[in-house]
Amino acid sequence: MSILLDGTTRVIVQGITGKMARFHTKDMMSYGTNVVGGVVPGKGGETVEGLPVFDTVEEAVAATGAEASLVFVPPPFAADGIMEAADAGIRYCVCITDGIPAQDMIRVKRYMYRYPKERRMVLTGPNCAGTISPGKALLGIMPGHIYLKGHVGIVGRSGTLGYEAASQLKERGIGVSTSVGIGGDPINGSSFKDILERFENDPETHVIALIGEIGGPQEAEAAEYIRDHVTKPVVAYVAGLTAPKGRTMGHAGAIISAFGESASEKVEILSAAGVTVAENPAVIGETIANVMEAA
Amino acid sequence: MDIHEYQAKEVLASFGVVSPDGALAYSPEQAAYRSRELGGERWVVKAQVHAGGRGKAGGVHICDSDTAIYDACETLFGAKLVTHQTGPEGMGVYRVYVEKAVPIAREIYLGFVLDRTSQRVMIVASSEGGMEIEDISAEKPESIVRATVEPAVGLREFQCRQIAFKLGVEAGLVQQMVRTLQGCYRAFTELDATMVEINPLVITEDHQVIALDAKMTFDDNALFRHPQIAELRDKSQEDPRESRAADRGLNYVGLDGNIGCIVNGAGLAMATMDTIKLAGGEPANFLDIGGGATPDRVAKAFRLVLSDKKVQAILVNIFAGINRCDWVAEGVVQVLREIEVDVPVVVRLAGTNVEQGQKILAGSGLPIIRATTLNQAAERAVQAWKNDQAQGVKMRAAS
Repeated sequence: MSILLDGTTRVIVQGITGKMARFHTKDMMSYGTNVVGGVVPGKGGETVEGLPVFDTVEEAVAATGAEASLVFVPPPFAADGIMEAADAGIRYCVCITDGIPAQDMIRVKRYMYRYPKERRMVLTGPNCAGTISPGKALLGIMPGHIYLKGHVGIVGRSGTLGYEAASQLKERGIGVSTSVGIGGDPINGSSFKDILERFENDPETHVIALIGEIGGPQEAEAAEYIRDHVTKPVVAYVAGLTAPKGRTMGHAGAIISAFGESASEKVEILSAAGVTVAENPAVIGETIANVMEAA
Repeated sequence: MDIHEYQAKEVLASFGVVSPDGALAYSPEQAAYRSRELGGERWVVKAQVHAGGRGKAGGVHICDSDTAIYDACETLFGAKLVTHQTGPEGMGVYRVYVEKAVPIAREIYLGFVLDRTSQRVMIVASSEGGMEIEDISAEKPESIVRATVEPAVGLREFQCRQIAFKLGVEAGLVQQMVRTLQGCYRAFTELDATMVEINPLVITEDHQVIALDAKMTFDDNALFRHPQIAELRDKSQEDPRESRAADRGLNYVGLDGNIGCIVNGAGLAMATMDTIKLAGGEPANFLDIGGGATPDRVAKAFRLVLSDKKVQAILVNIFAGINRCDWVAEGVVQVLREIEVDVPVVVRLAGTNVEQGQKILAGSGLPIIRATTLNQAAERAVQAWKNDQAQGVKMRAAS
């Protein structure tokens, strides 16, 4: 088992005719992801990489039985694309798009809650690298070959920092059950807590790695959840020790604007909840290895 | 993106939020003239800079005559205003706003923010206006009233009344409060703001609810649909290195250290800065060149980092995922041949085809210091900087 995604999940790509989307569709297919089609309004009937393109997500779902969607739609239209997926009955949506207006995301989240829980779509991102269940499927833009199959569940905001962690694990022969990017935006689809809950319930995940950064309340919420509900060992790293207050560090959400949002405060909160914190990003892999040995 | 007080007041006025009569001036003469145009007996002259805390920093003057306005402006124009929000360099004053003074009966704090916990717009208000919100939450937390807005129906009147009554506003003025709150909320949502702050919102002795100050910040990601707001950008209030970076599509934040960083990805960039600090150095900047790391972007990044004269060593850290390291290495070599770099350069590559990448760097004949891990890269950058410093000291001693 893995979370959110496996080799049988039927995937569509929204915005599949774009240059980046084509490239990553091909990459995902060669990794083994079960991509069944794409959606671009007005381009229904075309094909990309031998896959059928549909005008609407609704049609794509009806024709292919798609369950998951990867959104590559440009920022002005991405929120609409996510809502279209939610309405068409897509179960899991990953949004790669960086630069979606925050208030569009507020509306997306409100819209998703129109649906009763049993048919409510799960969204990760936007502004993330995607999700991978190594050896099974990849839904995103990460390089599949840096992940070994195994038992560490990774959840993080940053793409390349997540790669850094995965490759540190690979060097030690440690594999990953699923790695989930929740993205660097201030308003995002799933929080650390949402993903931790799934890892806690996944028998294949033995240890959880949380890779956070400055800004926002989600690391602190995660700490509280870990303290009260997570039985598996959790290792964390929080980026931005040297980040000044009040400045946006690349990710729209990486800004210290309130108490508890700096890296040192988050480290303190996570440590107090029983999380093993790697103080240095270069020792994330080593810290996880130590925790696995002790477990 | 931040805008000036006078611009925020103009924007809010179109949503029904009232502020005192005022006018903008670009010189002391113009400011004095503006006061005569406005009429009255007492005026407030305010330096227009993108920072709070202007009052304490000497950026706000109350004047009783046009000569007093002229004198106040003489000290303001061209000066660097240093407030607790600007950093030690301060911000240049090139515009002042002249306003008719109003008789204040009480001051209220009013703020609208994107609340990341509820993932909605939140209103924060306090009866202790005039103080900074940080100080209010530290000293008078019980005075703070909060409300979140359900996005599908917007800010309801009952919520506005609730806030007004909790703040102890007298019944006769509640309608004016409702109008002000709803105006701010509409401006916030319709123009994609991320922050609206009115501090203080005052009740005057003649029973008017008036915004005495106003601050607005807008979502950079939404400026494409608000060209009239994008036009309000004032580059004189930005760090020139950062405006240059933004114009080139790079994400740069200038810091005080001397080890320049060039990294792909925001999280990895922050992690690289942290590692430099842990290795005993200080990062000179945050710089995310994006996932692509094309030779063109690497070249732009080098030029940008080197434009900071404090930079005494450069650390390049690229995780090539979709890219290949050999390709990134070729880009770095090409750039170092084209532009003169007189500080040590440490390059750490990781990911796809890393061996080929290292080979290209090694075979280039350039004095590139190579590293394979993040720790090693940071340690070597700090060491190279220290060696370079020591050598510099020796050379100066010899001459």
